[in-house]
Amino acid sequence: MDNQTLINCLKDKLVGFDIQYSESNDSVTIEVNKTNIVEICKILKSESSLLFNMLIDVCAIDYLAYGDADWKTLDATNTGFSRAVKKTIIPDPDEHYDEKRFGIFYQLLSIENNIRLSISTFTGSDNPPTIDSVNGIWNSANWFEREAFDLMGIQFKGHPDLRRILTDYGFIGHPFRKDFPTNGNLEVIYDEDQEKVIYKPVSITTRPGVPRIIRKDK
Amino acid sequence: MTSNNLKLNFGPQHPAAHGVMRLVMEMDGEVVVGLDPHIGLLHRGTEKLAEIKPFNHSIGYMDRMDYVSMMCCEHPYILAIEKLLDVTPPLRAQYIRVMFDEITRILNHLLWLGCHGLDIGAMALFLYCFREREDLLDCYEAVSGARMHATYYRPGGVYRDLPDSMPKYKANKYISEKKVKKLNYNRDGSLLDFIKDFTDRFPSHVDEYETLLTDNRIWKQRTVDIGIVTPERAIQLGFTGAMLRGSGIAWDLRRKQPYEVYNELDFKIPVGVNGDCYDRYLVRVEEMRQSNLIIQQCIKWLEDNPGPVMIDDNKLATPKRSSMKHDMESLIYHFKLFTEGYSVPEGNVYTAIEHPKGEFGVFLMSDGANKPYRLKIRAPSFPHLAAISEMSKGHMLADVVSIIGTLDVVFGEIDR
Repeated sequence: MDNQTLINCLKDKLVGFDIQYSESNDSVTIEVNKTNIVEICKILKSESSLLFNMLIDVCAIDYLAYGDADWKTLDATNTGFSRAVKKTIIPDPDEHYDEKRFGIFYQLLSIENNIRLSISTFTGSDNPPTIDSVNGIWNSANWFEREAFDLMGIQFKGHPDLRRILTDYGFIGHPFRKDFPTNGNLEVIYDEDQEKVIYKPVSITTRPGVPRIIRKDK
Repeated sequence: MTSNNLKLNFGPQHPAAHGVMRLVMEMDGEVVVGLDPHIGLLHRGTEKLAEIKPFNHSIGYMDRMDYVSMMCCEHPYILAIEKLLDVTPPLRAQYIRVMFDEITRILNHLLWLGCHGLDIGAMALFLYCFREREDLLDCYEAVSGARMHATYYRPGGVYRDLPDSMPKYKANKYISEKKVKKLNYNRDGSLLDFIKDFTDRFPSHVDEYETLLTDNRIWKQRTVDIGIVTPERAIQLGFTGAMLRGSGIAWDLRRKQPYEVYNELDFKIPVGVNGDCYDRYLVRVEEMRQSNLIIQQCIKWLEDNPGPVMIDDNKLATPKRSSMKHDMESLIYHFKLFTEGYSVPEGNVYTAIEHPKGEFGVFLMSDGANKPYRLKIRAPSFPHLAAISEMSKGHMLADVVSIIGTLDVVFGEIDR
């Protein structure tokens, strides 16, 4: 099945939903509204011409710094180069997020029909970002969603066991968010006076070796 | 009458856990009734680190994902960059990649077989498997300079062409001239000759492993009917690779969604019947034989078709040192490539290859910068390990070790 046929087939089966279809880099992506993610996934899995019976991956994305560059490339700068040292963004726990702050990409695979599909969705302005779990449809979502919760802080409603998975016991924060510094917030040292391992605020700043540069003149 | 279940910690440091994994098990006598894997003890935040580095700097991190099948982990990352940049590497580079993917598959399966055997009591096998692994690691070393973390694949091709000579053993006070001559018998020619010699020998080595295991009564008692996964559950749990084929589903990305030159090559996809540990063992052993055949086909093609192994575009490929001496543009390209890297057009892409353990995928999002905006690695072992609790329930404690072995987990890629 080629991509155009797949899009037509999807349009046929997913009537009545607000969906944007796009085709890029040889693959089809549909952007759906988060409120009907479970409904759409159920149709995608059960419809005989689609049969997306395997959930390959769930990837959460934080769009906070999308398109931010350290150096300007198109026009002159008044401030000079900042040597890529950025101010730390301190997250406000009560803030309402931008509608397009957090996104999720689901990668689906149909073994019978040998086709792939990406679903993308945004979690909206909720704090914490919330979306329905697809664990009831594909059991492989269990750990993928736990990972997205741990690293991005996305709440999956209806997930049977939403615990941290990759970070340490007692870890604070969601490290893959763009406002979480790459060096972390805490460092672990052995304190000789107290004779135990303690946490203290990290003593180094994030300083990337190569500045982030966006070139659009290609 | 009530009995109290016993909570048992398996790991975090346990030789049969294949790395640092903690299993919190609930035991009723010797039977597992509940099992909760705690992972993340090897979490290095590779995906976060990739966000602060130019694209090429992260290739070396990919080797450290699944550190027993290194080049296969580089492959989907490279494919993702190539897809966003819309470049196609030269055919020779594609054949080299396929050949090294298959060498890597044998490397991975040899380590799996040796360790799986060691875990459940087949001690001698480990030594045989590592004997063959040594030759393949020498191939890695000859082509990239590193035995394991090769960083050999590059967007647009591979780092360099296959070398014309193999490194040789040298005599010293511990190794005599006579011994050295014996060790160097297959190292007089090029790397391809060396690999060819290996592929000629290798099927008989696989026969040796099979004589030790396939009809061995103890081996069968430890693996037959252990950890059965039905095809329906395998799909539902997101299994790929040998775990899925062991359950009887003939799904292999090399055949179904061919990348590089796999559609030119002739090989078979082994599938299991019962979906137990024994079937997965048979599938993987047969995969080694098939990989051997693929390598032989690649060698034949590579011998007949010399040519470039990197695209001729200095925005991606390093200019030649000699041209930098007199050509201003080469010097500029060199400077830009090594200080800034290259910018990848805005977009997102998911690429996957048939890694020895299953589908290894990379989701790459670029906002047009010289660094990835978001990189997500889809590690095959991750959903496999997630299923361990379902596979182990009702089995004995010793069978958990068989099941960990058959999952073929490596914590580099699970914890990332």
